[in-house]
Amino acid sequence: MNILAVLLILPFLGFVAALVLPASVTKRFVLAFSLFIFGVSLLLIGTVQMRPAVMSWVTDTAWIDTPAIRFHIGLDGTSLWLVLLTTFLVPMAAYLSQRTILHRPKEFFAYLLLLEFGLIGVFSSLDLFLYYVFWEVVLVPMYFLIGIWGGPKRVYAATKFFVYTMAGSMLMLAAILFIYTKAGTFDLPAILLQLEMGKISFTQAEELGLFLAFFLAFAVKVPIFPLHTWLPDAYAEAPTGATLLMAAVLSKMGTYSLLRFNLNLFPRASHDCAPWIVALAIIGIVYGALVALVQPNMKRLVAYSSISHLGFVVLGIFSGNQFGLDGAVYQMLCHAISTGALFILIGYLEERNKSLEIADFGGIATPAPNFAAVFLVATLASIGLPLLNNFVGEFLILQGAAQANIWWAAFAALGVVLSACYMLWFYQRTFFGEAKVQMADLAPREWLTITPLLVLMLWMGIFTQTWLPGISASNKVLLDRPMPKTVAMEVTK
Amino acid sequence: MNPAAFYPTSTDILRFLPELILTIGGVVLLVLEALTGDHKDKSSLGYVSIGVVLAAMFAVPVALANPGVSFNGMIVSDGFAAFFRMVTLLVGLFTLLCSTSYLTREKSNSGEFYLLVLFSLAGQGIMASSNELIMVFLGLEIASISSYVLAGFLRDDKRGSEAALKYFLLGSFATAFFLYGISWIYGVTGATNLWAIRDALAKGTEAPSMVVAAAALMLVGLAFKVSAAPFQVWAPDVYQGAPAPISGFLSAGPKAAAFAIFIRIFQTSFDSLSSRYEPILWVLALATMLVGNFSALWQSDVKRMLGYSSIAHAGYVLVAVTTHSNVGTAGAMFYLASYALMNYGAFAAITHISGRGEKYVRMDDLKGLASKQPVLAALLTVCLLSLTGVPLTAGFFGKFYIFKSAIDHQMYWLSALGLLNSAVAAYYYLRVISAMYMYEPETTEHPGPVPAGIQLTMWCSAAGILTLGVFPGLVLDYANRFATFVK
Repeated sequence: MNILAVLLILPFLGFVAALVLPASVTKRFVLAFSLFIFGVSLLLIGTVQMRPAVMSWVTDTAWIDTPAIRFHIGLDGTSLWLVLLTTFLVPMAAYLSQRTILHRPKEFFAYLLLLEFGLIGVFSSLDLFLYYVFWEVVLVPMYFLIGIWGGPKRVYAATKFFVYTMAGSMLMLAAILFIYTKAGTFDLPAILLQLEMGKISFTQAEELGLFLAFFLAFAVKVPIFPLHTWLPDAYAEAPTGATLLMAAVLSKMGTYSLLRFNLNLFPRASHDCAPWIVALAIIGIVYGALVALVQPNMKRLVAYSSISHLGFVVLGIFSGNQFGLDGAVYQMLCHAISTGALFILIGYLEERNKSLEIADFGGIATPAPNFAAVFLVATLASIGLPLLNNFVGEFLILQGAAQANIWWAAFAALGVVLSACYMLWFYQRTFFGEAKVQMADLAPREWLTITPLLVLMLWMGIFTQTWLPGISASNKVLLDRPMPKTVAMEVTK
Repeated sequence: MNPAAFYPTSTDILRFLPELILTIGGVVLLVLEALTGDHKDKSSLGYVSIGVVLAAMFAVPVALANPGVSFNGMIVSDGFAAFFRMVTLLVGLFTLLCSTSYLTREKSNSGEFYLLVLFSLAGQGIMASSNELIMVFLGLEIASISSYVLAGFLRDDKRGSEAALKYFLLGSFATAFFLYGISWIYGVTGATNLWAIRDALAKGTEAPSMVVAAAALMLVGLAFKVSAAPFQVWAPDVYQGAPAPISGFLSAGPKAAAFAIFIRIFQTSFDSLSSRYEPILWVLALATMLVGNFSALWQSDVKRMLGYSSIAHAGYVLVAVTTHSNVGTAGAMFYLASYALMNYGAFAAITHISGRGEKYVRMDDLKGLASKQPVLAALLTVCLLSLTGVPLTAGFFGKFYIFKSAIDHQMYWLSALGLLNSAVAAYYYLRVISAMYMYEPETTEHPGPVPAGIQLTMWCSAAGILTLGVFPGLVLDYANRFATFVK
């Protein structure tokens, strides 16, 4: 039996079960079930880690005959970790929400599982059409999660999120259809093979158009400057559990897809467009950091810092070398862990003080020393202190960028400096100074949630060998892919 | 010609069986209506009419099992006709299921309503299966005249009467255009049979400009019937003013039949002109999508919003028609079938929610519906997501096949613009969903329990939407097989 196929179907079955079960047990059922799914997903690691360069756990059967759409899923060294990230964070979001979601809890927890279904599908699909289906499936539960349980501007934020993403993905659908008319298949490996063999080829203009259609869809999702305007609203308005998943996992859909589809399918256009995209990424890094500096709202501050961090990931991807790509994938995971931790901790602060304004806090370190210590670790991780996770990712990305063009690295490094400014200033205003509020320290259940994340921050910062070899191997496959034949001839001319 | 050829043979009758059943059923209902008297509850006549429609549905495969032309080439029984007969009958069935409780609620339950629906369905069936311009005209008129009356069925309702009058005046004007086109084409080719016209045009005519003019006149008439821009102005007013079950009926049934005959005429008779009308259709399709979607954005009345959205959906189907290909035809067929499910599902929900006198049809009236009636809200959400085109629903595959056929035919700009249009459409469907799920109820009045007929309709449409969303092959394979009816 194929564990990946089972893993993909389980959340959907759970979603249906959650809808049918009586409301009183839904939240506990979803927590238990998502933990079970996490357990199942751990079984995937061994096989993929042995041969990370090829696809493991492949299921490839026909779904629809005309046009030929296949149910083709599989994992390599990169997508494995993103699937695990999903299965790890969904139970966490479910646990976090046990006490905080009191309004219509049944639907909330059911949507978490539907979201997990879509996310696992996105990270494991190897058929363009199947991938697109999951890409859109993610939208629906997320729309409801923001719109029903969000803050005061939730409907606005949810609609903005939905329409933005939909507009982006429509162009991608057109591009997918165009590729189908050329290749006669939606199957990614089959298309790549045809490209390599020179059976199909895109003219430069076609390739550029297709590249941009895919790129726009992903750029909205990441988001890349200047398509980021939905993000602060959505992150700030969503409930903590949903923000966690959005910041940690949903943003990775965009960066992962850039890596998986844009670089693989359109190597030439990726190369040609890299300077422009890197320019946008660097603007995003600096702009996100500068706006974060002046945010009075904690959630918005971390949301803007996310724009900055994700700029690094995009920079790494379009550096187009081993260091850059490895760093980008590593940073995807690191950002998920450290930003996830920050959003969780901010959620705890909000629970205690019913406010997200930095000005309403101060001097928390005195009544809640443990909270302050944990928050400091997450802050330092986010800044990129050595021995913590983000350092590794950002270091590799900057190294890759420097290899491609030293100026890219120089400008991007500004972002690292600025991140220290806004995060430490934020920390200082919130935790030091005159105590404005009396506040309880971390409760046992809060320790339970945050400890795994702290462990991962250290683990990813120190024992990089657990993760990197698999990631490197699958990136190497991408980098070693020969330029498509017809294009290669043009280059030699 | 041998006079004996004018007597219909038994095969002729089998090929025409669905319409025959509908007509006879309608006449029987007319008699029954007179016999039951004034004071009786007329719901039972509704059940009889449902039985008639079901019988007609069973007759469709019988007609299909005897393919070929009948009545001297006036009617053709092929897979294409059977497909559209089935779609229109399905819409008719939904309409009747939703109407009994609606008419009782509005206190105007009478037998005429049901028999008018049956006659309209017979007209649509004739449109779907006619192979002859005079028959097309007859079908069009039978379907339309019943629809005019149905639109204004609630005589005391001012908006309904306005809708009916508007529909009638503009509709007859459009039919006149169509008829004028027929007379010109008859003048040029000496034929009204679609195949005969095609053969005559293929041989070449002395007056090619007359042929183009005739085609243009017929295009105007048909564009009106499918509510394509710039002939769409009647649609929102009519769909808003007509009784809710009839709005759903008009926006799905006659439209599908009109598209059927649109495709049949332009791909059979005017096949040789395809290069000339394709650019026109291109513009029509884009304009229809734009007008529909952008007007729907500002609506606060749900029925009117769905009216504009139905214009937009006609635009998507026109994209498929523009490709002038079998793949495009199959895409249009699939789309119209799924559109019938999702649009009627939405109108069925509105039928119930609107309450007595259709007082509650504003977006604000839907606020908090999810907490009051979770099942109804969930089913309506499925329909709306399908109208938006979210994957795993029928609406998504409909759009997918349409735009796939457009890209196959190198219409990249039309596809890109059309797809972006559907992102715009997401906004107004989401407004309904967000009103239901993301706000607290404003009105304290509870809509009562959902009547069984409406529940059945909604469950059927939601189940159909989700089934076709995962296994589109169930309908698409059929559409693909029979889209080749002419070539």
